[in-house]
Amino acid sequence: MKLLGAEVVAVKTGSRTLKDAINEALRDWVANVESTHYLLGTVAGPHPFPTMVRDFHSIIGKESKEQMLELTGELPAAVAACVGGGSNAIGIFHAFLDDPGVQLWGFEAAGDGIDTPMHAATLSRGVPGVLHGAMSYMLQDEDGQTSESHSISAGLDYPGVGPEHSWLKDLGRAQYHGVTDSEALEAMKLLSQTEGIIPAIETAHALAGIPHLAKILPAGASVLVNLSGRGDKDMETAGRYFGLLGA
Amino acid sequence: MSVQSVLEANRESGRGTLVGYFPAGYPTVKDSIEAFVALAQNGCDILEVGVPYSDPVMDGLVIQKATEKALENGFKLGQLFEVIRGVREQVDTPMLVMSYYNPVLRYGVEKFADELKQAGAQGMITPDLIPDEASKWLESADKHDLDRVFLVAPSSSDERVSANTQASRGFVYSVSTMGITGERAEVDKLAREVAGRVRSIGGAPTCVGVGVSTGAQVRDVNTYADGAIVGTALIAAYESSGLDGLIEKTRELASGLG
Repeated sequence: MKLLGAEVVAVKTGSRTLKDAINEALRDWVANVESTHYLLGTVAGPHPFPTMVRDFHSIIGKESKEQMLELTGELPAAVAACVGGGSNAIGIFHAFLDDPGVQLWGFEAAGDGIDTPMHAATLSRGVPGVLHGAMSYMLQDEDGQTSESHSISAGLDYPGVGPEHSWLKDLGRAQYHGVTDSEALEAMKLLSQTEGIIPAIETAHALAGIPHLAKILPAGASVLVNLSGRGDKDMETAGRYFGLLGA
Repeated sequence: MSVQSVLEANRESGRGTLVGYFPAGYPTVKDSIEAFVALAQNGCDILEVGVPYSDPVMDGLVIQKATEKALENGFKLGQLFEVIRGVREQVDTPMLVMSYYNPVLRYGVEKFADELKQAGAQGMITPDLIPDEASKWLESADKHDLDRVFLVAPSSSDERVSANTQASRGFVYSVSTMGITGERAEVDKLAREVAGRVRSIGGAPTCVGVGVSTGAQVRDVNTYADGAIVGTALIAAYESSGLDGLIEKTRELASGLG
């Protein structure tokens, strides 16, 4: 980001996590709205951000749908993606929404486990609320205070989720399932060792969901996985997790 | 006393109106009750009772830190009503709760409104709620005869100013500038324009907030609006010199009134 000329400002307010960074960006933006565009990286936030970001990401689904048809001659039985705020997931889901034969699966961060306080499984464990100008599922306490989320993957460590995912969940069009930190890291290792492709830890959550899908889909069914990010940025985290750093 | 009657009386007498913000539960429930009573007894005509919230996107550092402190000290939403009752036992000054929407939504909008009324508050200011999405609150506010204060900003379109003004009762909160709460050396010229746009809609009453921090600014704002809202400057005074500091600052702000 710095190479491209950006000034990177560390956020020192609130719980100092992604949601606080969004708070700070919104605060800065309202003060400089005449001269600044706010680029939200995910499909959350106030209207029209969820729609805009969805549309910008929808190329993922359009191209991969075309490629699936070319490669296999048919639509996949299921499409899988990781979900934090949910931009890559909505980007790939969107082209398949009107194909009822295609199951849509979002895998969210279950951290230490969905039944512990240390997770970011907003759709599995959240309740509807208003955060950052949108109503959606979110992690919150009984007073409506936003809860702190946890995931080994920074990109999924967010207590909210894009409102369109909440809608798809309530409609039953998409299904959401939690993947723990350790399941994700094992999937990262597996893809690295078998294919030489190092996925981001975020992405590894989607990969870790595949064994789950294999149990419920018929034999030979094809699954389209959104390999949304590269793992270069995660080497330190992965190295620490697998005990490969230092002496 | 209603917010409307206070604003009208102060306009007719030429005094002008001072609205004082303080967070409920800051630094403790008991301290905040004392602080609100001190505000009322030293020149504030309307009290704005802030609800501490984890993601106060409209607020600058001073209010963020104060409300964080309240939460760290264990403030629970139910204690808001304890604060309101505690203040109401001692003074008649109208009280408006200022809350981001999610705590209210989670508590249950109707239950929240009911308890607000029973505790003795006059209504609520909702900084992150637009009337288009507020049907539950509009209904409950009507049912319990509570004021509902929506915000307008310099960037608001004419349609937005009109809709928020028509949905408001008590007054309309005119945000003085594009930005978050905090002291400003000058209250923006934009404040005058925003207040004027609100008042042009059937003479609706409006109070101006964000950036107002001195008696001179309170005087100035009251020449073109129905009241001035001060928060950050009061908290800063309380932080540096406790209740005495708060009293002194309130008197200084009120000295700007006619």
